[in-house]
Amino acid sequence: MAAPSHAGHGHDPHLAHHFENPAQQSQAVRLGMWIFLATEVLFFGGLFVAYSVYRANNPEIFVFAHQFLDKNLGALNTVILICSSFTMAWAVRAAQLRQAGLLRLMLALTLLCAFGFLGVKAVEYHHKWEHGLLWARQYQPQVHAVGHDSGHGGTEGGAAAAVEPAPAVPDGDATTIPQAPEGPTGLAAAAAEPLPSGHVAAAEPRNAQVFFSIYFMMTGLHGIHVLGGMAVMAWLLVGSFRGAFTDGYFTPVDMTGLYWHLVDLIWIYLFLLLYLIH
Amino acid sequence: MHHDSEHPAVGHVASIRLLVTVWIALMVGTWLTVTATYVDLGPLNIWIGLAIATAKAVLVALYFMHMRWDKPFNAVVFLGAIAFLGLFIGFAMMDSAHYQVDVIPGYAPGMADR
Amino acid sequence: MAVDTSAAAAPAADLPGTGGPSYLDHPRGLGSWLFTLDHKRIGVMYLVAILTSFLLGGVFALLVRTELLTPGPTIMDADTYNKMFTLHGAVMVFLFIIPGIPAALGNFVLPLMLGAKDVALPRLNLASFYFWVAGAVFSLVSIVLGAVDTGWTFYTPYSTTTSSAVVSMTLGAFILGFSSIFTGLNFIVTIHTMRPEGMSWFKMPLFLWGLYSTAIIQVLATPVLGITLLLLAAERVLGIGIFDPALGGDPVLYQHFFWFYSHPAVYIMILPAMGIISEVVSVFSGKHIFGYRFIAASSVAIAVLSFLVWGHHMFTSGQSGLTNVIFSALTFSVAIPSAVKVFNWLATMYKGSIRLAAPMVYVLSFLFLFAIGGLTGLFLGALSTDIHLHDTYFVVAHFHYVMFGGTVIAFLGGIHYWWPKMFGRMYSEKWAAVAALLIFVGFNLTFFTQFVMGSHGMPRRYFNYLPEFTAYHQASTVGSYVLGLGFVVMAAYLLHSLVRGAKAPANPWGGATFEWETTSPPKPHNFDRELVAGDPYDLDALVWDAASGGYVRRDPAAIRVGG
Repeated sequence: MAAPSHAGHGHDPHLAHHFENPAQQSQAVRLGMWIFLATEVLFFGGLFVAYSVYRANNPEIFVFAHQFLDKNLGALNTVILICSSFTMAWAVRAAQLRQAGLLRLMLALTLLCAFGFLGVKAVEYHHKWEHGLLWARQYQPQVHAVGHDSGHGGTEGGAAAAVEPAPAVPDGDATTIPQAPEGPTGLAAAAAEPLPSGHVAAAEPRNAQVFFSIYFMMTGLHGIHVLGGMAVMAWLLVGSFRGAFTDGYFTPVDMTGLYWHLVDLIWIYLFLLLYLIH
Repeated sequence: MHHDSEHPAVGHVASIRLLVTVWIALMVGTWLTVTATYVDLGPLNIWIGLAIATAKAVLVALYFMHMRWDKPFNAVVFLGAIAFLGLFIGFAMMDSAHYQVDVIPGYAPGMADR
Repeated sequence: MAVDTSAAAAPAADLPGTGGPSYLDHPRGLGSWLFTLDHKRIGVMYLVAILTSFLLGGVFALLVRTELLTPGPTIMDADTYNKMFTLHGAVMVFLFIIPGIPAALGNFVLPLMLGAKDVALPRLNLASFYFWVAGAVFSLVSIVLGAVDTGWTFYTPYSTTTSSAVVSMTLGAFILGFSSIFTGLNFIVTIHTMRPEGMSWFKMPLFLWGLYSTAIIQVLATPVLGITLLLLAAERVLGIGIFDPALGGDPVLYQHFFWFYSHPAVYIMILPAMGIISEVVSVFSGKHIFGYRFIAASSVAIAVLSFLVWGHHMFTSGQSGLTNVIFSALTFSVAIPSAVKVFNWLATMYKGSIRLAAPMVYVLSFLFLFAIGGLTGLFLGALSTDIHLHDTYFVVAHFHYVMFGGTVIAFLGGIHYWWPKMFGRMYSEKWAAVAALLIFVGFNLTFFTQFVMGSHGMPRRYFNYLPEFTAYHQASTVGSYVLGLGFVVMAAYLLHSLVRGAKAPANPWGGATFEWETTSPPKPHNFDRELVAGDPYDLDALVWDAASGGYVRRDPAAIRVGG
């Protein structure tokens, strides 16, 4: 790129050539990160919309299904993430003050907390898998771990309705594209096999599987973001062992911190909405 | 020795006392949220939970994320996103609450119990 | 270099040296292009990629129109027809028009208009481009895997049950979303942090207001498309079932998700186009833009209001009556800022000194075609008439008038306006006029007939049709061929200009914005000196200089730091 256009401006190795000064660069990167966080809010937001709509219209599903979530594990994960936010914020402080040792310690602790979080999540997911408490098409609850014969767990039991004969399709217009192998049959069709609910607590509401679809999408997507954060933190940790971020340039640590705090923020709401249903 | 102007200003540095205070507040908030679920206040429960969660979120944003000492526009960006999300949730909930299940009688047996 | 501050035209030698390599020549080598951080090179790569997508989408369109020459099968069967119109829509929307003006022209022009060396985050800019490429690959792979037949809207439950290649296409669109988000993010940051001395918000060129408003939408709306497509893919692959009624889901919710993005998306398409119109109409009327603040404010207003009206795509979907009424009422509001702009552009032209060069021909076409497109939107926004017109060709005609007659025409105007700057060459005005005429006539023949047949009941996306519509369809198809011919002519003279065109001066049109203050094509680092902003529409500051064959500033010192 071009030579700097100002005379007398010392060449800061961290200053990109298209910026006039470090303050402008820092301001630009910060704003960019906040905009990215805004996009993450709207990305997760879609799932919050789905949650809100289904919970508002079918509260019984949420009341019923959340009993299979362990409040204590959820609270533990919340505590773990809050601690990780604390250590991450301290890591940023350490980078600002050029405290190399403290920076490494705080980054390592944050990473450790993240591992812990995923560990707890793994335990929870395993528990759900064991009991067949999975998302819609795979929902085959067997809480008492009795052998089951549930057949195809995807179709919905509903009142049968008379189906109007389809209008005749002219020659040449009829489709030859086959239906997907596990195509559902829709609202108006006759009832297929009802969901296997015999082994679960009585009064399982219809469509209980919707809760688990939402649960797995929300926590799964959150978990993927945790993984992403961990990858970046590992990179920061490696860099900190090579002496980076101790010359006053702390932007990467700062920006990673912003991302990580958002991950924590989202979990605060997930914990409340998924685990603490009254 | 490096010339001072070559190093970017580090901006506001959070004190350890501040970080610890916020951390403790967040822990307390978590304990509060969990305890509140053992008290049955009917529909109020979810709103109390949301209020506590939002208070925690505000603490994280203001202090851990430095929003308190940042340019105000960054906060505008973040709050703007939340506002638009609120719009989305609001309209979707309003629409689904007003579904006309029986506009063609018997046509949606799967929703017969609404 | 001595600075001539006399009132007479400054000599061309005052302009930053005409010697030395341009950004096109330096650095050399394929690698220097593929790994470039230069916004100009990224813009050019985007331009090539996007115009190629337009060609591909256009081919699909011609296939669709050819099939519709006669009722029943003409050149393909029904399933293939469904795939053709889906591909036409998906390629045109996701690969061409959404990235379109911001990526191809915005990337090039925005930093220049700010007197800057580059955008704020050049590596993110390059990443945006490669996300586009990756998204394009995934989308086009879907063709090989059997193509998609759901329409570009992927409505459930059909999209979750059809065995066509939905996952590949939706993953492609998902990745393309990142490209769009990162471009928008970059533009917001650049405009906020890299404006030059003297350029307050209300001294910014209106094209930048257009790009800024577009970026707001890109950043807020596109993530919602992302989660929508992710849920769709999850539904197909895992059976998540949030939109599937048989699994307890709600298909109308899918439409809320989809249109929460896709309605603001159409304003991603039109806002940059309107920005181009503001620039060109002022320069080619020889007059200061009329109502600068109103045009700037209306851009932001459109961006905000665009989020309040998505339900007007869903009036017949099963959306509740209450929601229908609210969305219909809100839809009328979003027409107002657009009208404000049109009136301001007309007022700019009034008593101006109009030069009918190629860019201006496109501006005039835009005003006519966008007015029709916008007004017909009102028929569709009104709940009662929409019940009759929904899913007919009236809708198809409406959105082609705004997207093609609006955005594409403005895009072509922008290409013809900035072509000399980007490539340092002038094209043939005569052939440009021929192409513009073919495009205008062909466009109206193709799509005006569709308004008529739509209001007579011809449904959209139908492979077959009643014999009474045959004449309309045939007229429309003939129009599409004329349209295609216009583009062939355009490609020919533009490509010809690259090798044989007259060398362009720094300022062939007399614009007062900063991109004209550097050579055509620009140096790699854009400007040799720091610029101070004045009024971007002060056209009297420019005067024709016969010696250099272009316009020059009367007082070059006025915009330079230190005077």
